[in-house]
Amino acid sequence: MGEIQDVDILGDDDVVRVRQAVRALAVSAGLSLVDQTKMVTAASELARNTQTYGGGGSARLELVVEPARSGVRATFTDTGPGIPDVDVAMADGYTSGSGLGLGLSGARRLVDAFEIDSEVGRGTTVVITKWSR
Amino acid sequence: MERVPILRIGDLLLVTIQVDLDDQSALALQEDLARRIVADSAHGVLIDITALDVVDSFIGRMLATVASISAVLDAETVVVGMRPAVAITLVELGLSLGGVRTALDIDKGLALLGRSTARG
Repeated sequence: MGEIQDVDILGDDDVVRVRQAVRALAVSAGLSLVDQTKMVTAASELARNTQTYGGGGSARLELVVEPARSGVRATFTDTGPGIPDVDVAMADGYTSGSGLGLGLSGARRLVDAFEIDSEVGRGTTVVITKWSR
Repeated sequence: MERVPILRIGDLLLVTIQVDLDDQSALALQEDLARRIVADSAHGVLIDITALDVVDSFIGRMLATVASISAVLDAETVVVGMRPAVAITLVELGLSLGGVRTALDIDKGLALLGRSTARG
Protein backbone atom coordinates (compact mmCIF):
# COMPACT_ATOMS: atom_id res chain seq x y z
CA MET A 1 0.00 0.00 0.00
CA GLY A 2 1.30 3.47 -0.71
CA GLU A 3 2.17 5.95 -3.36
CA ILE A 4 3.98 4.90 -6.52
CA GLN A 5 5.79 7.24 -8.84
CA ASP A 6 7.61 6.36 -12.05
CA VAL A 7 10.39 8.59 -13.36
CA ASP A 8 12.16 8.10 -16.69
CA ILE A 9 15.92 8.50 -16.40
CA LEU A 10 17.26 9.78 -19.69
CA GLY A 11 19.33 12.83 -18.81
CA ASP A 12 21.11 14.72 -16.03
CA ASP A 13 18.03 16.63 -15.01
CA ASP A 14 16.18 13.35 -14.48
CA VAL A 15 18.76 12.41 -11.82
CA VAL A 16 17.86 15.67 -10.06
CA ARG A 17 14.13 14.85 -10.41
CA VAL A 18 14.73 11.42 -8.82
CA ARG A 19 16.52 13.09 -5.90
CA GLN A 20 13.64 15.51 -5.34
CA ALA A 21 10.93 12.83 -5.63
CA VAL A 22 12.78 10.49 -3.24
CA ARG A 23 13.21 13.36 -0.76
CA ALA A 24 9.45 14.03 -0.78
CA LEU A 25 8.66 10.34 -0.21
CA ALA A 26 11.28 10.06 2.54
CA VAL A 27 9.64 12.98 4.34
CA SER A 28 6.22 11.32 3.97
CA ALA A 29 7.64 8.05 5.33
CA GLY A 30 8.84 9.85 8.45
CA LEU A 31 12.55 9.22 7.91
CA SER A 32 14.93 11.29 10.03
CA LEU A 33 16.85 14.06 8.29
CA VAL A 34 20.03 11.96 8.21
CA ASP A 35 18.16 8.94 6.82
CA GLN A 36 16.42 11.12 4.22
CA THR A 37 19.83 12.40 3.14
CA LYS A 38 21.29 8.89 2.94
CA MET A 39 18.36 7.58 0.89
CA VAL A 40 18.39 10.54 -1.50
CA THR A 41 22.15 10.22 -1.96
CA ALA A 42 21.92 6.47 -2.65
CA ALA A 43 19.12 7.11 -5.15
CA SER A 44 21.22 9.77 -6.84
CA GLU A 45 24.15 7.36 -7.27
CA LEU A 46 21.92 4.64 -8.73
CA ALA A 47 20.01 7.02 -10.99
CA ARG A 48 23.34 8.21 -12.40
CA ASN A 49 24.42 4.60 -12.96
CA THR A 50 21.15 3.95 -14.80
CA GLN A 51 21.77 6.96 -17.01
CA THR A 52 25.52 6.58 -17.56
CA TYR A 53 26.12 2.84 -17.63
CA GLY A 54 22.64 1.53 -18.38
CA GLY A 55 22.11 3.94 -21.26
CA GLY A 56 18.98 5.29 -19.58
CA GLY A 57 16.07 3.57 -17.93
CA SER A 58 13.55 4.31 -15.25
CA ALA A 59 13.01 4.54 -11.53
CA ARG A 60 9.96 3.36 -9.62
CA LEU A 61 9.67 5.21 -6.33
CA GLU A 62 7.32 3.95 -3.63
CA LEU A 63 6.13 4.87 -0.20
CA VAL A 64 5.92 1.53 1.63
CA VAL A 65 3.58 1.45 4.60
CA GLU A 66 3.53 -1.59 6.87
CA PRO A 67 1.79 -1.98 10.25
CA ALA A 68 4.98 -1.48 12.27
CA ARG A 69 7.06 0.75 10.00
CA SER A 70 7.09 2.81 6.87
CA GLY A 71 9.79 3.44 4.33
CA VAL A 72 10.82 4.36 0.83
CA ARG A 73 11.70 1.92 -1.89
CA ALA A 74 13.36 2.83 -5.18
CA THR A 75 13.76 0.42 -8.09
CA PHE A 76 16.15 1.36 -10.89
CA THR A 77 15.84 -0.55 -14.13
CA ASP A 78 17.79 -0.33 -17.34
CA THR A 79 18.11 -2.50 -20.41
CA GLY A 80 21.78 -1.72 -20.87
CA PRO A 81 24.80 -4.01 -21.20
CA GLY A 82 24.46 -5.54 -17.73
CA ILE A 83 27.22 -6.24 -15.21
CA PRO A 84 29.38 -9.31 -15.93
CA ASP A 85 30.45 -9.87 -12.31
CA VAL A 86 28.21 -8.25 -9.72
CA ASP A 87 30.49 -9.18 -6.80
CA VAL A 88 33.40 -7.37 -8.44
CA ALA A 89 31.20 -4.40 -9.31
CA MET A 90 30.06 -4.14 -5.69
CA ALA A 91 33.62 -3.71 -4.40
CA ASP A 92 34.75 -0.22 -3.37
CA GLY A 93 36.82 1.40 -6.05
CA TYR A 94 35.50 -0.68 -8.91
CA THR A 95 34.53 1.41 -11.88
CA SER A 96 33.82 0.63 -15.48
CA GLY A 97 33.78 4.30 -16.37
CA SER A 98 35.33 7.53 -15.18
CA GLY A 99 33.64 7.62 -11.78
CA LEU A 100 35.05 7.05 -8.34
CA GLY A 101 33.72 3.51 -8.08
CA LEU A 102 31.64 4.38 -5.05
CA GLY A 103 28.21 4.24 -6.69
CA LEU A 104 27.05 0.68 -6.00
CA SER A 105 29.08 -0.07 -2.89
CA GLY A 106 28.44 3.36 -1.40
CA ALA A 107 24.71 3.22 -2.12
CA ARG A 108 24.49 -0.18 -0.40
CA ARG A 109 26.06 1.21 2.77
CA LEU A 110 23.53 4.05 2.90
CA VAL A 111 20.33 1.99 2.83
CA ASP A 112 18.68 -0.80 4.86
CA ALA A 113 18.04 -3.21 2.00
CA PHE A 114 19.85 -3.55 -1.31
CA GLU A 115 19.18 -6.06 -4.07
CA ILE A 116 20.82 -6.19 -7.46
CA ASP A 117 19.95 -8.34 -10.42
CA SER A 118 21.97 -8.04 -13.58
CA GLU A 119 22.33 -10.06 -16.71
CA VAL A 120 24.82 -9.39 -19.49
CA GLY A 121 23.00 -8.19 -22.57
CA ARG A 122 19.68 -7.81 -20.72
CA GLY A 123 20.23 -5.04 -18.22
CA THR A 124 20.35 -4.29 -14.54
CA THR A 125 17.78 -3.79 -11.79
CA VAL A 126 18.69 -2.42 -8.37
CA VAL A 127 16.18 -2.14 -5.51
CA ILE A 128 16.94 -0.10 -2.38
CA THR A 129 14.79 0.44 0.71
CA LYS A 130 15.19 2.68 3.71
CA TRP A 131 12.88 2.34 6.74
CA SER A 132 11.88 4.83 9.36
CA ARG A 133 13.10 3.93 12.84
CA MET B 1 21.69 23.54 -17.36
CA GLU B 2 22.15 25.96 -14.46
CA ARG B 3 25.09 28.36 -14.49
CA VAL B 4 26.25 29.02 -10.95
CA PRO B 5 27.31 32.68 -10.50
CA ILE B 6 30.88 33.39 -9.38
CA LEU B 7 31.42 36.64 -7.46
CA ARG B 8 34.78 38.32 -7.06
CA ILE B 9 35.66 40.08 -3.80
CA GLY B 10 39.21 41.40 -3.85
CA ASP B 11 41.36 38.45 -4.83
CA LEU B 12 38.77 35.92 -3.71
CA LEU B 13 36.10 34.17 -5.69
CA LEU B 14 32.84 33.40 -3.90
CA VAL B 15 30.44 30.74 -5.10
CA THR B 16 27.14 30.10 -3.38
CA ILE B 17 25.47 26.99 -4.72
CA GLN B 18 21.74 27.65 -4.39
CA VAL B 19 20.23 24.95 -6.57
CA ASP B 20 20.25 21.17 -6.74
CA LEU B 21 23.04 20.84 -9.33
CA ASP B 22 22.82 18.38 -12.18
CA ASP B 23 26.07 16.80 -13.34
CA GLN B 24 26.60 19.07 -16.36
CA SER B 25 26.11 22.16 -14.22
CA ALA B 26 28.65 20.82 -11.72
CA LEU B 27 31.20 20.28 -14.50
CA ALA B 28 30.48 23.73 -15.92
CA LEU B 29 31.13 25.27 -12.50
CA GLN B 30 34.43 23.41 -12.26
CA GLU B 31 35.55 24.80 -15.62
CA ASP B 32 34.22 28.31 -14.95
CA LEU B 33 36.13 28.43 -11.67
CA ALA B 34 39.40 27.33 -13.27
CA ARG B 35 38.99 30.03 -15.89
CA ARG B 36 38.09 32.72 -13.37
CA ILE B 37 40.98 31.89 -11.01
CA VAL B 38 43.37 32.72 -13.83
CA ALA B 39 41.40 35.58 -15.38
CA ASP B 40 40.90 37.35 -12.02
CA SER B 41 44.27 36.33 -10.51
CA ALA B 42 42.34 34.95 -7.57
CA HIS B 43 44.19 33.54 -4.59
CA GLY B 44 41.27 31.98 -2.83
CA VAL B 45 37.97 30.30 -3.66
CA LEU B 46 35.16 30.05 -1.16
CA ILE B 47 32.39 27.61 -2.04
CA ASP B 48 29.29 27.89 0.14
CA ILE B 49 27.18 24.72 0.10
CA THR B 50 24.83 25.70 2.95
CA ALA B 51 21.84 25.34 0.63
CA LEU B 52 22.77 21.85 -0.59
CA ASP B 53 20.76 19.12 1.13
CA VAL B 54 22.53 16.40 -0.86
CA VAL B 55 26.15 16.00 -1.93
CA ASP B 56 26.57 12.75 -3.82
CA SER B 57 29.81 11.29 -5.20
CA PHE B 58 29.64 13.41 -8.35
CA ILE B 59 29.28 16.74 -6.54
CA GLY B 60 31.83 15.54 -3.96
CA ARG B 61 34.29 14.75 -6.70
CA MET B 62 33.66 18.14 -8.30
CA LEU B 63 34.53 19.86 -4.99
CA ALA B 64 37.72 17.78 -4.66
CA THR B 65 38.68 18.49 -8.27
CA VAL B 66 38.13 22.24 -7.85
CA ALA B 67 40.39 22.12 -4.79
CA SER B 68 43.10 20.34 -6.79
CA ILE B 69 42.80 22.61 -9.80
CA SER B 70 42.95 25.73 -7.66
CA ALA B 71 46.04 24.43 -5.86
CA VAL B 72 47.78 23.98 -9.21
CA LEU B 73 46.73 27.52 -10.13
CA ASP B 74 48.15 29.00 -6.90
CA ALA B 75 44.80 29.48 -5.22
CA GLU B 76 43.27 27.86 -2.18
CA THR B 77 39.73 26.49 -2.01
CA VAL B 78 37.65 26.30 1.13
CA VAL B 79 34.23 24.64 1.19
CA VAL B 80 31.92 26.09 3.83
CA GLY B 81 28.48 25.36 5.24
CA MET B 82 28.25 21.61 4.91
CA ARG B 83 25.18 20.32 6.72
CA PRO B 84 25.70 17.65 9.38
CA ALA B 85 23.47 15.13 7.58
CA VAL B 86 25.46 15.70 4.39
CA ALA B 87 28.76 15.16 6.23
CA ILE B 88 27.52 11.91 7.80
CA THR B 89 26.28 10.65 4.43
CA LEU B 90 29.46 11.57 2.54
CA VAL B 91 31.65 9.69 5.00
CA GLU B 92 29.41 6.64 4.93
CA LEU B 93 29.35 6.78 1.15
CA GLY B 94 33.13 6.47 1.28
CA LEU B 95 34.04 10.00 0.23
CA SER B 96 36.09 11.70 2.91
CA LEU B 97 37.07 14.75 0.81
CA GLY B 98 40.58 14.42 2.22
CA GLY B 99 42.15 17.10 0.03
CA VAL B 100 39.41 19.67 0.55
CA ARG B 101 39.72 22.35 3.23
CA THR B 102 36.44 23.03 4.96
CA ALA B 103 35.08 25.57 7.42
CA LEU B 104 31.75 25.72 9.21
CA ASP B 105 30.67 29.08 7.82
CA ILE B 106 31.78 31.91 5.53
CA ASP B 107 33.45 33.89 8.35
CA LYS B 108 35.59 30.92 9.33
CA GLY B 109 36.27 30.17 5.66
CA LEU B 110 37.50 33.76 5.13
CA ALA B 111 39.69 33.45 8.22
CA LEU B 112 41.21 30.27 6.77
CA LEU B 113 41.98 32.17 3.60
CA GLY B 114 43.72 34.82 5.65
CA ARG B 115 40.93 37.36 5.47
CA SER B 116 38.52 38.68 8.01
CA THR B 117 35.13 40.30 7.56
CA ALA B 118 35.71 42.17 10.84
CA ARG B 119 37.15 45.68 10.45
CA GLY B 120 39.57 47.51 12.67
